[in-house]
Amino acid sequence: MTDLLYSDVEDALRASVRSLLTDRSPASLVLKRVETPDAYDTELWHALASDLGVAGLLIPESLGGAGAGAREAAVVLEELGRAVAPVPYLGSAVVATTALLHCGDTELLRALASGTRTAALVIPFTTPSSSELSRSARSLHVTVDGPTGTTITGNVTSVADALPADVLLVPTADGLFAVDARADGVFVTPVVSLDLTRQLADITFDGAVGRRIATGAAATDAVRAALLAGAALLASEQVGIASWCVDTTVDYFKTRYQFGRLIGSYQALKHRVADMWVDLAQARAVARYAADCLATGSDDTSVAAAVAQAFVGPATVRIAEECLQLHGGIGFTWEHPIHLYLKRAKSDSLAYGTAAIHRAALANLVDLPSPAA
Amino acid sequence: MTSQPGDRASQSADIIDATGIRTRVRDFLKEHDPTAMDRLDFLRARFDAGLAWVHFPIGLGGLGASRALQEAVVDEFATAGAPENNPRRIGIGLGMAAPTILRHGTNEQRLRYLRPLWTGEEVWCQLFSEPGAGSDLAGLATRAIRDGDVWIVNGQKVWTSMAHEAQRAILVARTDPNVPKHQGLTYFLADMTVPGVEVRPLRQITGEAEFNEVFLTDVRIPDSDRLGDVGDGWRVAQTTLMNERVAIGGGAQPREAGMIGILADTWRSRPEVRTHATHDALLQGWVAAEAGRLFGIRLTQQLAAGQPGPEGSASKIIFARLMQQLTGLEIEMLGEQGLRHDDWTMRRAEAVDFLAKSPSYRFLRSKGTSIEGGTSEILRNIIAERVLGLPTEMRVDKDVAWKDIPR
Repeated sequence: MTDLLYSDVEDALRASVRSLLTDRSPASLVLKRVETPDAYDTELWHALASDLGVAGLLIPESLGGAGAGAREAAVVLEELGRAVAPVPYLGSAVVATTALLHCGDTELLRALASGTRTAALVIPFTTPSSSELSRSARSLHVTVDGPTGTTITGNVTSVADALPADVLLVPTADGLFAVDARADGVFVTPVVSLDLTRQLADITFDGAVGRRIATGAAATDAVRAALLAGAALLASEQVGIASWCVDTTVDYFKTRYQFGRLIGSYQALKHRVADMWVDLAQARAVARYAADCLATGSDDTSVAAAVAQAFVGPATVRIAEECLQLHGGIGFTWEHPIHLYLKRAKSDSLAYGTAAIHRAALANLVDLPSPAA
Repeated sequence: MTSQPGDRASQSADIIDATGIRTRVRDFLKEHDPTAMDRLDFLRARFDAGLAWVHFPIGLGGLGASRALQEAVVDEFATAGAPENNPRRIGIGLGMAAPTILRHGTNEQRLRYLRPLWTGEEVWCQLFSEPGAGSDLAGLATRAIRDGDVWIVNGQKVWTSMAHEAQRAILVARTDPNVPKHQGLTYFLADMTVPGVEVRPLRQITGEAEFNEVFLTDVRIPDSDRLGDVGDGWRVAQTTLMNERVAIGGGAQPREAGMIGILADTWRSRPEVRTHATHDALLQGWVAAEAGRLFGIRLTQQLAAGQPGPEGSASKIIFARLMQQLTGLEIEMLGEQGLRHDDWTMRRAEAVDFLAKSPSYRFLRSKGTSIEGGTSEILRNIIAERVLGLPTEMRVDKDVAWKDIPR
């Protein structure tokens, strides 16, 4: 049977990631960083990737990875969500890595496993795995074997984790390309993003040289698998966000007095945080199931990922909104980190497709057809 | 020194695995042909072989094994076509009385009651709630006054399912009105067949009577049927109540089991009910049902490793909300047909069967799920206080003798 609990190894991994994040990336530092030009924390990334070796959890040991799997990566994502850590884990170590694993590009995978390089899949953050070739991919123009090699021209907007990326994986109608992010003809422009801790980028290619790493169905499958893994494991990041919001609300309830009483003694407020906890408990089960399906290559992975994003996304937004409201005025200030979590929660709820898109996908997956047109 | 039931539990727990337990069942079936034996004899023999509930101690129907192995046992017996103990009929005994007797009973009580409870020879009911004590169960007024080796009980209980068929009851009564309410309660294992026990059906909003009112007039209970110490009834009752919430909400179900399965089947088989608005509502319900199901599986896995705790309270909240959401949606989906009820006449409900009756029955019966066994509001208090550690509700009656509390 599917194991929805955490193993001892996973608990130990969680403890070391949490310890590092508590030490190196407290909320106060994250708040400062988001207003600097370096929204991504490269030092923190190197500590995670090199010291803890979490960048290669999905990569086999033969390629320099940890040979672990999606369950362990999910635990890392829970902790990164809890800390709204500005590192490209989801984009590089999950989504781009999954695409490369499907293409079998060993050289790049070795670099990603060690954390010395990061990669991003160049596709709008809102693209669901259920979509056909995305609009962005269709709009890119590929010139095969031109004077400077095979080149790409065109724009892709709202790409996640591209700002710190060394390598861009670019889906096009002519296959999947790897493009050096620093190459001529590549322009990565930061977007002022709703989520301050995962800043998006608009990318323009103007005759940028690309190396084709997959074509035809292999390229499509690689992108689809990457987005499916993204949707399935994003749920664990969302669980991390939600668990911080529940814990922070409970802590506040135990310290804040009004009318001479701890506010956590008011039943109207206790019931609301109890509901947050009930939602979180379900979200955790759903996210664990999605991670376990991905880890075991279950036939049910598509359903599990769709359920994960249909349930956990909105639940996390609800929990973050309640967290803010239950903090009253302090929750509306820039100084308190709640807004970072609300922004991440809302942004994540659109990532890899909204809940409504995933419900529509489920309609096909579980045979609940839409009404005849 | 003779060994006591339960003493050997820890010795055997680590030597039985899933394969071993299946072998034991098959060996038992070789010795006991279910097709050739009397049903009751078979069930008694199964109990005596420790294959009733394997997580119970040796000598009490179990093997002191992991609770997780029970599934394999049930599966083996079902495959062999063996008679079962009709668990729906004896659910209160299995789910509530048994764990409480096991935890708080004397060895005499465990040996006397657990076997006939499990085989179904004795059906149990629960005499807890009263007209004046619902959420505030500890405020109950049924009095038990000691008279030598006997207690004389007077009072009125309500919402008692199976009382009209039960031989035994778990009963909480007030033995000392002069101390604060929680301290003056005592827990009894009552005989429902003695004089002074009167059972009347209680009609509910579905038209039928699934529950009863029980009137207790000078009912005599021997002191040997007291469970736990005098005045310790509240603590003993906690075991019962925790198990009740697990029984109502818990369990590992397959996908589309229960109410969502009915809706999904209707949607698939009847294209004429499909509209765009109900489609998204159905998918939202499907996702909510799946989330609740996965939560139930995760909780079951947690329980397999330990004991039912306050986390079980969440499963009942989830189940109740889901049932109410889905049964309401079903009526809307069916339109005109949803307006037809099967039967309003007063009758005894054979069993609570959400799936076998009309959509209107399901809609109405589901209103009880957020009330019975602890209202969703009380459960939210429990989560807030016991899981999240928030301050408890202010209690104006905490340090007052029960007899002086306004009522």
